[in-house]
Amino acid sequence: MQQVINGLFLGSIYALFALGYTLVFGVLDILNLAHAAVFMLASFAALVLVARLHLPILLALPLAMLFAGLLGMVLERVAFRPLRARGDSNVAGLISSLAVATVFEAVALEVWGPNVERFPFGTLPAEDPAHQLHLLGAVISRLQLTIMGVAVVLVLLLTYLVRRTRLGREVRAVAESPRAARVLGVDVDRVIAASFFISSALGGAAGVLYGLAFNSISPDMGRSVELKGLAVIIVGGMGSMPGAVIAGFALGLTEVLVVAHLGGSYRDAVSFAGLFLILVLRPRGLLGAASLREA
Amino acid sequence: MGEALAGFWDTYQSTVGYVGLNALLALSVYTSLSCGQLALGSSGFAALGAYAAALLTVQAHWPFPLVLLVALILPAAVAVPLGLPALRLHGVFLAIATIAFGEVVRIGLVNWDYVHGAQGIVAIPQEASVWMIWLALLLALLLLSRLRGSRWGFALEAVREDEPAARTLGIATTRYKLAMLVAGAALAGLAGALEAHFTFMVAPSGFTFGRVVEMLVFAVVGGTQRAWGPVLGAAFLTVLPEALREVAPRVGLEPGPLRLMVNGLVLLAVILFLPAGLASLPQRLRERRAAGRGA
Amino acid sequence: MSALRLEAVERTFGGVRAVDGASFAVGPGEVHGLIGPNGAGKTSVLNLVSGLLAPTAGRILLEGRPVHGLPPHRVAALGVARTFQNIRLFPELSARDNVVVGQHLRRRGASLAARLLALPSSRAEERAAREAAGALLGRVGLSERADEEARHLSYGEQRRVEIARALASDPRLLLLDEPTAGMNPGEVGAVATLIRGAAEGGRSVLLVEHNVRLVMEVCDRITVLDFGKVIAEGAPAEVARDPAVVAAYLGATP
Repeated sequence: MQQVINGLFLGSIYALFALGYTLVFGVLDILNLAHAAVFMLASFAALVLVARLHLPILLALPLAMLFAGLLGMVLERVAFRPLRARGDSNVAGLISSLAVATVFEAVALEVWGPNVERFPFGTLPAEDPAHQLHLLGAVISRLQLTIMGVAVVLVLLLTYLVRRTRLGREVRAVAESPRAARVLGVDVDRVIAASFFISSALGGAAGVLYGLAFNSISPDMGRSVELKGLAVIIVGGMGSMPGAVIAGFALGLTEVLVVAHLGGSYRDAVSFAGLFLILVLRPRGLLGAASLREA
Repeated sequence: MGEALAGFWDTYQSTVGYVGLNALLALSVYTSLSCGQLALGSSGFAALGAYAAALLTVQAHWPFPLVLLVALILPAAVAVPLGLPALRLHGVFLAIATIAFGEVVRIGLVNWDYVHGAQGIVAIPQEASVWMIWLALLLALLLLSRLRGSRWGFALEAVREDEPAARTLGIATTRYKLAMLVAGAALAGLAGALEAHFTFMVAPSGFTFGRVVEMLVFAVVGGTQRAWGPVLGAAFLTVLPEALREVAPRVGLEPGPLRLMVNGLVLLAVILFLPAGLASLPQRLRERRAAGRGA
Repeated sequence: MSALRLEAVERTFGGVRAVDGASFAVGPGEVHGLIGPNGAGKTSVLNLVSGLLAPTAGRILLEGRPVHGLPPHRVAALGVARTFQNIRLFPELSARDNVVVGQHLRRRGASLAARLLALPSSRAEERAAREAAGALLGRVGLSERADEEARHLSYGEQRRVEIARALASDPRLLLLDEPTAGMNPGEVGAVATLIRGAAEGGRSVLLVEHNVRLVMEVCDRITVLDFGKVIAEGAPAEVARDPAVVAAYLGATP
């Protein structure tokens, strides 16, 4: 049971990260390979806010998310918008987001160096055994509870945004068909910029939470999560938000259980082999919503 | 004069060797790109070639030419059962499936005690010289460039531009895609083996996702219209950081981050402004000048 | 034996029957028109015959040989070539190179050794291929534009290149999908001549067209589709008089 809790905890972060990925894919049919770099930079931003400016973590998180969102908008303006007119924009977009990701990573390396940084002691209140939650024999630490809580809140907020607000409707319209949306009077450029903002803000939140969860922030922290995020959105169905969430939790659970029963080192290999099989057998994923637009 | 040249050679021969190796690896990605497939398994194939070669030399003392032959054939053989299911995927999905393959290989090697896991195999005798590397590269270039104008070459271009239309013209597209994947695997394996015997060691850390992305970047920056494009890209992006190493301290930046930043910016500039790569620069300038004269 | 025969061919997409129990035959050396209102299923029929789609029921026979369910390249190898409604030339290749690709099935290619050593035999082979492609382009009246990139050609020129490319494999059955869409009367006339010329020597042509006058002029027999069903088949004059056909074109369809 403890494993399940741990798995759900890890999964909530993966789900948050994957949501951002899948949102952009759903809207633009493009994989934003700079998502993981934004994830990483947001974590550093939170670190700076907490360590240098002594802000409480609960304030640093939304500020870091804002920073990430803005980065996402810059990314969209620089790397994706100029390519929209081109026919090969999918592969070209992939590569240009890769280019920006490289630049982001370079900046992080230059400013902070390659070593692992940690949040200063006292960022989170110390664990108090008397105040921990006990559920069916498992212990949920306050840290885990907080992180899962934040993740769930963000997912709910996003769901509300997409289902109930005008922006959400516009996003869904553009995802369906940009041309039709434009005819209906939707400002497609604005919607895409907004989607990137939201997507990157979510990715940034995932970054901060990940940094808190493992108390480890470094310029290459995005690498492993990047590939896992891809695995998650594929399994969940690219473009499908519920799919991303479910698959995110599933991955978290799988990882924890594999580590527990097979030993740590093969964990990722199992994930990737599984990913390969799913791609080959059922490329639509479990809840495959989007089909690739006709080439 | 002779002494100056000898001095130059001493300092830079390893760079020249690395250019050759990177060019071979870039070509291994190019073979699939030339028929429109984003297959990114080269790091896995290079690892197979490198490790097989290292083991055969160090443990079994096989003659080097035979070792190289195995390094060509083993990855090529693996590429067939991998490619048959994987090549049914398109675009980003194929990329991810092949990346997953590469990661499975790498993680497998990290966990394999016989090859010393993450430490890898060291003290491999230096059997590969710069001449050998460039000879291999030139042979590969010759083979690939001779495809142009042939029935095979035209078929590849057709598959790249419009696969379904190509099929209605009688082109068995899967066969061609598989053949290019196998060719790329062989090239990657050869490059891996040569590298192992040039740098005295092999380790899983040399075959990461980041490495194959680097190969892709070489190919894209150089240009994927002709076989010499990736070679140009590899040369440019291998030599540039070396040159920058001198510049870095003067600009007040660390060489590592500076190299990454330049890579990213060059890639971004190319994809935005010169999508057919550096190789297309002369043609673009000619067109620009002709247009200017006509105006 | 017919060059092409469809027997009760059906193709469903989701709930929609794009082709609904269609049966007709194209004789050897015949120019056969396939007409009908928009959405009647004409392009689906071409996709089924060329192998891009498999029928959900029924049979498709090429000179007596079943080809339904075969992948497109196998169907092409049996002697079928086609053009597309929305023009699918290879945009970055020249007109000539597009046609050379079309020669794929007919081209032997030089031996591997000759190719690698750049022996004269391989260069001769390449030259011959390019010249043959040039000749085909001459037949469609595009010799001077042979080395232009396909995407820089006009609409009408592109359609003609596509026809040349389809002819390059010397097919027994040529499928044309609205080859004159967007053309002026002069160009239409040229295509009509091309089609008649193509049918000489035993080649059959299945022509999907909206230009009814062209169809009447050029076709030996016509099949009319509506809602995926065959509603008439016969010589042009008969079909033109058929009340069902008139109703389909003029009637208020829901």
